Amino acid sequence: MKLLTLNFLTCARKACKSTTLAFPLRPKDAELEIVEADLEPLFIRNILPRVEWEALRTLCQDLGLPQLPPAAPEPAALFAPNPSDPSIPSDKLVRPGKEGEGEGEGEGEGEEGAPTQTLKDLHHVLLETTIREGKLVCGNCGHAYAVKEGIANFLLPSHLV
Amino acid sequence: MSRPEDTLPPDLFYNDSESRKYTTSSRIQHIQSQMTHRALSLLSLRSPSLILDIGCGSGLSGEILSTFSPETNPGGPHTWIGLDISSSMLAVALEKEVEGDLFLADAGQGVPFRPGTFDAAISISAVQWLCNAESTEESPAGRLSRFFNGLYASLRRGGRAVCQFYPKNDEQKKMVSSAAVRAGFGAGLLEDDPGTKSAKTYLVLTVGGGELDGDITGVVRGMEGVDVMDNRRRTKGRKRGEETKGSKGWIMRKKEQMERKGKVVKANSKYTGRKRRIAF
Ligand SMILES: C[S@@+](CC[C@H](N)C(=O)[O-])C[C@H]1O[C@@H](n2cnc3c(N)ncnc32)[C@H](O)[C@@H]1O
Ligand SMILES: [Zn+2]
Repeated sequence: MKLLTLNFLTCARKACKSTTLAFPLRPKDAELEIVEADLEPLFIRNILPRVEWEALRTLCQDLGLPQLPPAAPEPAALFAPNPSDPSIPSDKLVRPGKEGEGEGEGEGEGEEGAPTQTLKDLHHVLLETTIREGKLVCGNCGHAYAVKEGIANFLLPSHLV
Repeated sequence: MSRPEDTLPPDLFYNDSESRKYTTSSRIQHIQSQMTHRALSLLSLRSPSLILDIGCGSGLSGEILSTFSPETNPGGPHTWIGLDISSSMLAVALEKEVEGDLFLADAGQGVPFRPGTFDAAISISAVQWLCNAESTEESPAGRLSRFFNGLYASLRRGGRAVCQFYPKNDEQKKMVSSAAVRAGFGAGLLEDDPGTKSAKTYLVLTVGGGELDGDITGVVRGMEGVDVMDNRRRTKGRKRGEETKGSKGWIMRKKEQMERKGKVVKANSKYTGRKRRIAF
């Protein structure tokens, strides 16, 4: 399970629906795995405003991953300024060491410039870092959801629904 | 033809051998892929999105969501999360190394994601399973309402969902769509190839607000065979009660006739109150 997914997951019990303690679920005995995934810059841009940054930071801390900055990156930090952006006069552009590069190059980019390291780092944390084994524990009811081979078991016994 | 959901609970029906048979059948692959593309076009996503797949099975739809195609998935590739109640189906998905995250979960117990998580949701050939209660503590109506309430909350404002399902009869079709409307969705029922053996029913759902056209009447306006179900129903358009060949009334009558011929009786008492498998 991607850390992105964990950032959206809540306890499934009805009794936990209305409490803020049911999010985020806290990993226990987690075994991580890095799974390479294609970089999708526009997806990162789309999803970033929905990420609960504080929960993601705490999660990275708990999992012993490199520390994230205190605040989520601004959308502007995800792409390098674009040379073909009409709002930037072309003579103001500084393009170090990229003399021969033509306009509009690079795949999958509309008006966006090249993805920055910040965007790539986000991609790595959110989409390539996964929980392979372990448990996810609700902060309200204490229910532990098992994760096996990356799949979390969210089936509730009927008395817990 | 007997309906599988009338014979066994889904997690028992989709056991290891059935899940494998299902996934490797080129006929099934073809049909599921067609329906996924239809659903995708109804979602009309313009950029890479986060999508929930309910009853994702072995990931036949998910594989399409993950692949960019200028013609059939122009907004993609999308990132998806799949829920399924059958561990065997999920095991096949794992084997295929699908890109989406998988959950063993019963959609009739709700949708365990925080509000506004998904841009869109898709469900292909699964929702009819929710019309059966698997224990005496549950009712189909209760399961449908938990599912649609959870789905509604988990979608962002302006988000959409498309559920292709196989309603057993007109009553079941109504039960499903009215559960969705009660959860707050704008809902439209779209029928492809109505009245034929390959008829397909799509429940198109919209969440109001946001910059997208959240009004269902905007999504399905002008489409053939659409029945808008939400409370904002417009009165213009085709008159009700007309029964020309191929019209809704005509199809419904035909379907009822077919129903009467092929009726199956549910044998469920044997499995009620059973324990669910947890380990893989
Ligand atoms: C006909 S298969 C379709 C699978 C996949 N959507 C596809 O198009 O290939 C129906 C799927 O719905 C799943 N299902 C049935 N009831 C369910 C429930 N209550 N919650 C989650 N999944 C369910 C079954 O396990 C099965 O994988
Ligand atoms: Zn809980």
